[in-house]
Amino acid sequence: MDINDLRGLSTAFLFFAFIGLCFWAYSSKRKKAFDEAANLPFADEELNQRTLQEESRNG
Amino acid sequence: MSELNSALEHPTYNYKVVRQFAVMTVVWGIVGMLVGVLIAAQLAWPALNFDLPWLHFGRLRPLHTNAVIFAFGGSALFATSYYVVQRTCQVRLISDKLAAITFWGWQLVIVSAAITLPLGLTTSKEYAELEWPIDLLITVVWVLYAIVFFGTIARRKADHIYVANWFFGAFIIAVAVLHIINSLEMPIALNSFKSYSIYAGTVDAMVQWWYGHNAVGFFLTAGFLGMMYYFVPKQAERPVYSYRLSIVHFWALVAVYIWAGPHHLHYTALPDWAQSLGMVMSLILLAPSWGGMINGMMTLSGAWHKLRTDPILRFLVVSLSFYGMSTFEGPMMSIKTVNSLSHYTDWTIGHVHSGALGWVAMISIGSMYHLIPILFGRERMYSISLINAHFWMSTIGTVLYIASMWVNGILQGLMWRAYNQDGTLTYSFVESVAASYPGYVVRVIGGAIFFSGMLLMAYNLYMTSRKDIEPQAIPAAASAA
Repeated sequence: MDINDLRGLSTAFLFFAFIGLCFWAYSSKRKKAFDEAANLPFADEELNQRTLQEESRNG
Repeated sequence: MSELNSALEHPTYNYKVVRQFAVMTVVWGIVGMLVGVLIAAQLAWPALNFDLPWLHFGRLRPLHTNAVIFAFGGSALFATSYYVVQRTCQVRLISDKLAAITFWGWQLVIVSAAITLPLGLTTSKEYAELEWPIDLLITVVWVLYAIVFFGTIARRKADHIYVANWFFGAFIIAVAVLHIINSLEMPIALNSFKSYSIYAGTVDAMVQWWYGHNAVGFFLTAGFLGMMYYFVPKQAERPVYSYRLSIVHFWALVAVYIWAGPHHLHYTALPDWAQSLGMVMSLILLAPSWGGMINGMMTLSGAWHKLRTDPILRFLVVSLSFYGMSTFEGPMMSIKTVNSLSHYTDWTIGHVHSGALGWVAMISIGSMYHLIPILFGRERMYSISLINAHFWMSTIGTVLYIASMWVNGILQGLMWRAYNQDGTLTYSFVESVAASYPGYVVRVIGGAIFFSGMLLMAYNLYMTSRKDIEPQAIPAAASAA
């Protein structure tokens, strides 16, 4: 086995890793968790408001 | 002690460092683009270098690129990454002190660049011109940046690491690796700015363009995609179109970008197989690029009407259109036969600015218009109509710039390869320069329009920051819908 076999295998490995990633990301098991993750930008209004209040108090 | 307890029970965000970077984004945007307009004018009217070495095109051009990429773009990335990482991890930055050091350190890097480049101190590596002492300073600031960013993620309150942070994180790690490897250099003496790269010949060229293209891929793309994944959903008030697609987008983009560099070295001494590899990887890159663009655009599905009234959203969405255009144009130009026409012509400069003005600058400007009112505790920017005016100036300026460079590029490429029947060249080089003159003038006009828009932004920022001034009423056309 020479270095070129390794190079070929690494291409195959990346190919299968990509296919695996797609299955992983699109599996219905993870839908709920990803929906929650997608809403993270909207989940912290309270902290934002508290920061703004504190900043306006401190001038 | 009671204050400390209340800080622990009721944490707040660090908006100060975000505010500082946001203000400097506008300041450096104006400086960098003004230098850009000046050197564009020098190409049309060479007398504008006033026979001064410090104003020579060769010295000001790297000043322009460093100022817009690392000062304007860099400040925008620092501001948005520090903001987004706090808000999506629901935790304050791990250290206000370290964050402040990254701010002042980065400003010091920029000022050093603004002094050394006009003096002619340069490594001559494109986008890595700064000499070794400044390179060391960049390394220190960048490592601190990584500590603040990843340290904040490590202490997050949310379970999941939001996708925008993945893009910011990849940008921070990749830029550290790229900067260190490409900047390996030997100073000729410790009391001299001059250094030589440890690489030689073709290897030097390949390392340089591995760096150069990934500066585009990770500094100018991944980081700004991080912005896209937070500010587009925020401004459209709906979650990203497909979170699953965003995961595939991330891994595909970071895995492929790193291989595309050789397309900068087509038909050079670089081995043929490496050139072909760079070309193929660049073509593959179209898929993740467009996947990301579609994900951003489709976030607006069901909310397209907001584009009619919200110029901030318009900035964000039009930036995605330019991103889609330039990530189609890039793979096309990386095809060797197309490249044989486009390489060394103004087409390349047009392509870069389609990405730089249309994508990078416009998504940054849109994000800043979203951020600035929050950072100054205001409901909205002082003037929505000025944002709208800025939007049109940016769009028209970009279109004039890239269209004139397309015309010039194809014209130059065709003139350089035109042969007479006896095999001699039809045109001398200087004839192609003379023929480029109208395009150069149109570029100055386009660039000046884009630059002027930044002045409106600075005025709007100043008025928004004044506590004693109320925002203007929203224009009737905007409030109607």
